[in-house]
Formats: sequence, C-alpha cells, structure tokens
Amino acid sequence: MKHRTFFWFFLPTALAMLLFIAMPIVSVITQSLHTAHDQVFIEVENCGPFGCEKEVSVDTEATEKIRREQPLGKWAGLTIYLDRGHLATAEVAEAWRTSADIGSFLSTINNLPFYRAMSFTLTYTFVVTPLLIILGFMIAVAVNALNQKLKGLVIFFSLLPMIVTPLIGSLILFWMIDARGVIGSGLQWLAGDPDLSLKASTGLTWIMLMVYGIWHSAPFAFVVFYAGLQTLPQDTLESAMIDGASRWQRIRYVVIPHILPLVTFVALIQLMDNFRVFEPIVGFNAEAHATSLSWIIYNDLGGETRLLSSAATSSVLTIIGVAILLSPVLVRTWRDFNRKT
Amino acid sequence: MASAAEKQPMGLRIFLYGFVVFWLILAAFPFLWTLWGSFKVELDFFSKADWTNALSGARTMAETGSAFTGAGYEGAWVQEEFWKAVINTFLVCFFVVCTSLTIGTLGGYALSRSGYRYTFWLLILALIFRAMPPITLVSGYLLPFFEWNLWGILPTTIIVLVAINQPFTLWMLHSFFQKIPKDLDESAMVDGCTRFQAFRHVIIPVMWPGVITTGLFSFLLAYNDFAVTAMLLSKENQTMVPKIASFLGTTQTEGNVMFAVASVVSATAPLFVLVMFFQRQIVSGLTAGAVKG
Amino acid sequence: MIKKILLASTLALAATASAQAACDINSGRVSIVGNEFPAIQTIGKGAMACAGAGVEVKTNLTADHQKINVAGMTGNPAEYTSAIVANSSIVALMNNDLIRPLDDLVAKFGAGLKKNQLITVNGKIMAVAFMANAQHLVYRKDVLEKAGVGVPKTYEDMLAAAKTIRDKGILQNPVGGAYKAGWNIAQEFNNMYIGYGGEFFKAGTAEVSINNEKGVAALKMMKDLSAYMNPDYLTHDSNATSAEWKAGNVAIMNMWGSRVGPLRETEGSSQVVVDNTAIDAPMTVGGGKTPATTLWWDGWTVSKNISDEDAEATFKALKAAIDPSILNDETKPQAVWLIDGYQPTAAAVGVFAAASMGTRPYPMRPFQGLLHSALGAELADYMQGKESAEKTLADVEAAYTAAAKEKGFLK
Repeated sequence: MKHRTFFWFFLPTALAMLLFIAMPIVSVITQSLHTAHDQVFIEVENCGPFGCEKEVSVDTEATEKIRREQPLGKWAGLTIYLDRGHLATAEVAEAWRTSADIGSFLSTINNLPFYRAMSFTLTYTFVVTPLLIILGFMIAVAVNALNQKLKGLVIFFSLLPMIVTPLIGSLILFWMIDARGVIGSGLQWLAGDPDLSLKASTGLTWIMLMVYGIWHSAPFAFVVFYAGLQTLPQDTLESAMIDGASRWQRIRYVVIPHILPLVTFVALIQLMDNFRVFEPIVGFNAEAHATSLSWIIYNDLGGETRLLSSAATSSVLTIIGVAILLSPVLVRTWRDFNRKT
Repeated sequence: MASAAEKQPMGLRIFLYGFVVFWLILAAFPFLWTLWGSFKVELDFFSKADWTNALSGARTMAETGSAFTGAGYEGAWVQEEFWKAVINTFLVCFFVVCTSLTIGTLGGYALSRSGYRYTFWLLILALIFRAMPPITLVSGYLLPFFEWNLWGILPTTIIVLVAINQPFTLWMLHSFFQKIPKDLDESAMVDGCTRFQAFRHVIIPVMWPGVITTGLFSFLLAYNDFAVTAMLLSKENQTMVPKIASFLGTTQTEGNVMFAVASVVSATAPLFVLVMFFQRQIVSGLTAGAVKG
Repeated sequence: MIKKILLASTLALAATASAQAACDINSGRVSIVGNEFPAIQTIGKGAMACAGAGVEVKTNLTADHQKINVAGMTGNPAEYTSAIVANSSIVALMNNDLIRPLDDLVAKFGAGLKKNQLITVNGKIMAVAFMANAQHLVYRKDVLEKAGVGVPKTYEDMLAAAKTIRDKGILQNPVGGAYKAGWNIAQEFNNMYIGYGGEFFKAGTAEVSINNEKGVAALKMMKDLSAYMNPDYLTHDSNATSAEWKAGNVAIMNMWGSRVGPLRETEGSSQVVVDNTAIDAPMTVGGGKTPATTLWWDGWTVSKNISDEDAEATFKALKAAIDPSILNDETKPQAVWLIDGYQPTAAAVGVFAAASMGTRPYPMRPFQGLLHSALGAELADYMQGKESAEKTLADVEAAYTAAAKEKGFLK
C-alpha cells in the first residue's frame, strides 16, 4: 500500500489515539518530572462553629506569583521516580547496607509501597494468566464437544463472569465470601474451621483475589479459543485419527499447535490487564493485604490533597512495566511479522 | 471438532458433562444467587444472621408478607428513574461501537495491507498506549474538558471510550484482515478500482464476521465501563454502571442497596438477549480467524 | 377529583413561586458540586427550588465530588459556582485559590446567618457551615445492663466492658469500629492520638512528628480494641459497621453522629436493637481531658472564577437552601444542623456533648490530608502484627515526608 493511501486510511484512528492517549501520555511524563512549587506559608487564625485556632495556611498570592513564572511546576528530574513512594533507591541501598541476611533485606524492601505493590502484582499476573488460559482452553474443548442445542445457553452462562461489571460483581461476591455469606460458610464447612475468614489473612486474600481474577477472565480466553477450534483443519484431524492417534495425542499434536497463535494473543492482552489489576482490590476492600500500581495511582488521586506528580510517575512506571512484561511476546510477533513480509 | 463423527466413550462423556456442569455452576452461581436475592429485602440478601435466609426470605416474609418483593426493581426503575440510565447506556454503546468499528476497520485494513516496517511499530505503539492506566487518562482529561465546556455530555464520553479502546480494536481487526487473501482486493485494483473502492466493494462484504466479534468486545467495554463514565458524565447523563454505583454511594441509605442489586440484574438482561441473538455471529466471526496473534 | 388535582397543582405552583421569591434572584447561574449524603441532598433540593426565569440551578451530588471539584472550579468561568465541603476538603480549594471571600456577600445578603456558621480564615469568611458532625459513643443499653457494666466514659472502660461482654458469652465481638484500611483507620488514629494529647506537626511547620510515645499508645489502644472486633475489621467502613450494629452483633462503638438516625429505624433492623440503641458523649483515653474524637462541619463555598452576578445568585440560592424553614420532621434527624431555630433531636446529643467537652476540630491544615493518606496506607501493617508500632509510625512519617516534598510543603 502506498504511504499516501495508508495515511488517509489510518488518519481517523491515529487522530483519536493521538488526542486522547498520546497527548495525555506526554503530559503525564512532563508532570512526573516536575513537582509543585515550594509553598509559601503564613500563620492565620481559622474560626468556625467550634471556636478559633491558629494554623499555618498557604499564602496563595505569593504562591500564585511563583506559579505564574513557572506554570509547569518546579523541575524535579527523576527525584520522584527515586523517592520512597516509587523506586525508593535510597531506602533500598540503605537496606542493602544494614540487612544481615537476604531474608531481612527482602522484608525491608517489601515494606516499601512500590515493591509491595510489585510483589502482589507480579504474583497475581504470573499465577492468573497461565491458569486462566488453561481453564479457558478446557472449557472451550468441553463446550465444543457438546450437543449443538445446548451450546448457546452454555456460551451465555460462560460469558457471565466477564460481562457482569467487576465493581458491582465484587460487591455481591464480597458479601458472598464473608464469613457469614454463602461461599464463606461453605468454605468453613469444607475446611471444618468455624473461624475461617477469607478477608482477615493476607494469604487467603491473595488466593481469593487470584481465584476471582481467573474466574473473571477465563471467559475471554474461552471465547477466543472456542472460535479457534471452529477452524480446526478437519483433514489433519481425520488423518491423525486414521493413524491411530489417541484423543490426547490429537489434542497435543493437532489442536494445541493450531490455536497457539491465539494463546499468544490472549496472553498479550491478559498479561497487560492483570498487571494493571485494580478493580478487585477496591471491590474486595483488600488494600490492607494487597496493592498494585494502579491502586497506588488511585490512592494518590483520591486523597484530600491529590498527588499529581506521584500518580503520573506511577503511570509511567506501569507503562514501562508492561513493556518489559510483554517484550518476549513482542519479539515473537516481530519475528512473525518479518516472516510474513 | 466433528463431534458427531467421533464416538465418545461413556466415561469421557460423563467427565465432559461433569466438567461443563461444574464450570456452569462456577460461572453462573453468583449471578443466579443475585437474581434470586434481588426479590428479597436487604436484610435477607445480606443476611448477617444466617445465610439461608437469602434462600427462604424470612425477613422478606416478615416485612412484606410474601417471600418475594419487587421493591428493589420498583425503587430503581420508578423512583430512581433507572430507565434514563438505560437509554444513555444504549446511546453510548451504539455510537461507541459504530465509531470505533468505522475508524478501526479503516486503520486495521491499512495496517494489514501495508508491508512497511512502520506498521509493526504502529501496532506496538498502540499496545503501549493500551498500557496506560485509564484512571490517569481520565484525571488528565478533567481540566481541559471543564475548561472547554465538554464535561458531562455523552459525545465526549463516547469519543474517549472509542479512543481508549482503539488499540484493542486495531489489533483484533488487523489480524482479521490479514486472514482475508490479499489477491481479493489487489485483483480488484488491477481491474481499475482505487484502493478505497476495492475496500468498499470487495472487502466490506466479506469482513462482517470479524467486525461483529470486534464489535461485541467494544460493546462490552462501553457497557461495563466505570472509570470513564463515572468521572466524565454529569448526573443526568449517567449510564447504568455509574448509576448503580451511585445507589451505593458513601452513605448507604436503607433499601438503596437493593436498588443496586435489582439494577445489576436488570443490566444483565439485555446482554442475555444480545448473546442469544448474535451467538451464531460471535462464533462464526471468531471462526473466520478474527483473532490471531 | 379534578378539583383536587387542580388545587394541589396550584398549591405546588404557589409553593415554588414563594420559594423563588424567598431566593430573590433575578438572574445568574448556580451549579453546585458536593457529596451525596441525605443532608446535602436536602441542601441541593433547597437550592434547586430557586430555579426560574433567568436563573439556572444545577447540582452534581456524588461520592466522587472531591475528584472533580478542583478541576471543575479551575476554568474561567468555572463549571461549578459552589462546592459543598467539610473542614478537611476546603483545604484543597484554598490551596488552589479557587474560592472567594464572602465578606461583602454576607454583609449584603447574609442577614440571619449566625456568627458561628461563618468559617473565617485570616479574618476573611471563606465558607458558610450548615451542619456539624463528630464521632461519639453508641451503645446497646440492654447488653451493657446484662453484662452489668456502666456506660463507658473512656476507652479503657470500653475495653473492660468488651471483655466482660465476651467473657459472659453475650457477644463474641462486642466492639464495632470503622477500621477499614485507608481513610477510616487513619481517622481512628487521629482521634486516638488527639485523645492522648498528641500534636501532629512541629508547631508552625509542615514537619510531622507522630513517632512518639503518644503515637505508640494510640496504636496500642487501637490494636487492643481490634481484638474485640469482627476479624474482618480492616475491611469494615462505617456502612459495614452500621450494618453489623443493625444485625445486633455489636454493642459498643465510636460512630459518626450523622449515622445515628438510621440506626434508630426499624427498617433493616430488629426492634430490640432499635429500642436499645443509645448514644453518649465521646470517650477520652489515657487519662486525657480532650475527647478522642474530632469535630467536623459541612458548609458551602462560592467559586472565585465566576462573574459577580453568578456569585450573588449562588450565595442567595444556598442561603435560601439553609433557611430555617427547611427544617421539618424529615430533615431534622438528617444532621446536627447549625441553622438558626434548630432544636437538637435525641440523635444530636453525642455531637453536642462533643462540642461542649472541648473536642478539637479536624485541623484545617494544608498538609493534614497528606498525613491522613499516609496513615491510611501504612497503619494496616501494625494492626496485622507485621511490624512494631515504632516502625509503622516511622513508615508513616517517611511516606508523608515524600508526599509533602512533592507538593512543596517541605523542602
């Protein structure tokens, strides 16, 4: 295709992405390199229904003057990236110097917000992604072998975990897994432990979030794999049968290679989504036990005083994290691309 | 798999059905539980005393005189005018799907037909764009939107949703178009068509399965979105999901929680119709290889 | 029948006409952003009644108000002509210089506003408060009687009462509390720390100093209390805690005055719980005189970046919305109103007691919110027994310092 034609075809989508994603990304990067100006304080007397108190307050006129001179804020370089809320280089170096052994070093590191978030996020990503792919594949194979009439209904019910809005779905699930809810009581009965509470221990909260993650995303993998199964080359399958391949061998040597490109696609999307895990943490009120980068951003933006630069920095770190995470898949796509052209 | 041609041994059959039933319970149980519970009062559905109350409706009996009550639905639909949110949701979904498919097919087609290196990098760039957390994007939009008086209205939200979902749409459609043989449109161009005419007359008629599948995912995104709609829409333009969330709010007023539960059930019903209706297209659309890494 | 409808609609018309007359606005634009609890809904409705020819009134009352109010008041002209705020959230608007001093508007149109409703900063009126709130003791009369313990006056009493109730097998987890990780648990720490007589910052600076024996004592008391709470307490906000109360699982708690009204309604609760729900003054702790709680007000502001005409319309509409005439049987229990003519209901006893005991208001410091967020993020570690109180407080200080540097409060 000529460059010119390509340009006109691609223009609308490029415009949409430039305006609403690329420009914000540029402004986020700029924001992450600046901090607010030094505030000028004045002592004031605040009075209200409960009497008067002396407090410090921001001298808005003086601050506004500085702000007008440098509207972006104070140039900070990478200081926010390196501060305690993010990469915490000074704290990590300090811990490395003072820790007696690797265990205490790790536990010190794990106490820093960024690394704590990463330890949950990475565990979540690497547990949930493969498991949901396997579960999705199993469902796809099973549904594909069903009676034609049953399929429609089964597909609808299989999609439910994906289409019920996470924020609302987790409200109901949050109650169901309560120690007195139906699932919570069921688990207590199964475990034979009347004091079992999924919400009170870190380990169980992590497991709960991961099970939710698999449950929520398996339908996506299922739909994609199910579609892939429809295009299975019948002749290959039949010749495999004639050769006496067992059912398992057929899955292993015919079906799996056929849908492997789909696995790449699902892995790509799901690795990215799982790395940005956020809604279940809020929905299950799990922030005491598990946090993620997206949750940190949400927390920075949701406070009474919003930490814009900090949120911007966490966002840039998220993008970098995703890029690193996806690099093996991308290299693969690059090879595919070169082979095709 | 040609299951008709294959004879399944009895043991495998039982295992297969067992697994499907197990999965269906797993997938549908919370929803069916909600559906049942939406006809109860709050104290039954969130029964702190004994979870079996949610099944039997002991408190519902005591409060309303029958084991089922439509109070949640009445409150949501009549008192809180949930139907307005339903209309807004359908407006948003319709325009999001149409716009994102229109510009997405053009872009995806171009990406699949151009052999230059930059198409790969454009795809990668789109992927990086998708990595941006939506909450950051949305909080960045607020200030300009307020200043330009664009905040709170449906068109703004529609365009934002289209843009945010464009990377995913492009990836799906790009790989779909790659499955359509290049000879098809190239031979049309040999016959004297321009690129756009070839696209218009040759490609459009055969692209529907993939477009429908991509459309389904766009639709679900717009339908389920909370991050964007909650922050960018004013009260009167709210779609269903932020409306449901507002029933809960910071201070949960008695009974409002059941409005939310009833609305969750109501919000799922149209999806049921949709999936049943488009079931064949969804499957065949994917069949045509809409998604390929 | 038709006559009746006609009559009713004329009455309704007359009512709106008189409401409009009460507002006395000729033209202008009023647009209000605020939180969505019932008392604020009442104010919103009151302001909406002023809409009419040439006067446009809009409200956006939502739980996300804090996320949009700064952006929505920044443009010129600002989308929102008023934000309804509390003593914690007015700070963000003042830091960004988004609200105007109301002195001249109060002088011209503010007849009837009481002196204690006016929030002044450095002598300038920045907001008009309409309701007060505080956390205070809520207890179950019957349970305390059955256990043979008196109404707790201090947190030490509360612990002893909880132990007795548990030991006698009346309730397994008798203590309630909004200890959800994040804003709620940080607020509980603030209460307790103030109760022990702690100061959050070195006087006159933004330097935090909570890692001291008072901070440790406050944390220890919270941990001791949590032993008598539902094991999931770190996920319980005030909604969940109220629900536990209604279910009869909790007998003593420190709860918001604004939440007491619904606790006394039978809907969603049992008669026993409703009849025995009693409230009392906030508790003290560690032998201190200052109650371990904070006082709050909610009030409205007027944007800076709007025309004087709109500002006047906004002021008048909101003034009409807090007119004494809005008080009726439905609205009275919604809050502890600071409006002239408000007679405290039974549910207001706790907040009034808090005020008369010299409770400190939640501080209106520009950087208090940052400390609140830092506390919310770090305290859960101590509550779960993952680290010592000193370590947790050191973490809080470090987290606050990083945030305060970013915002320019510290160098």
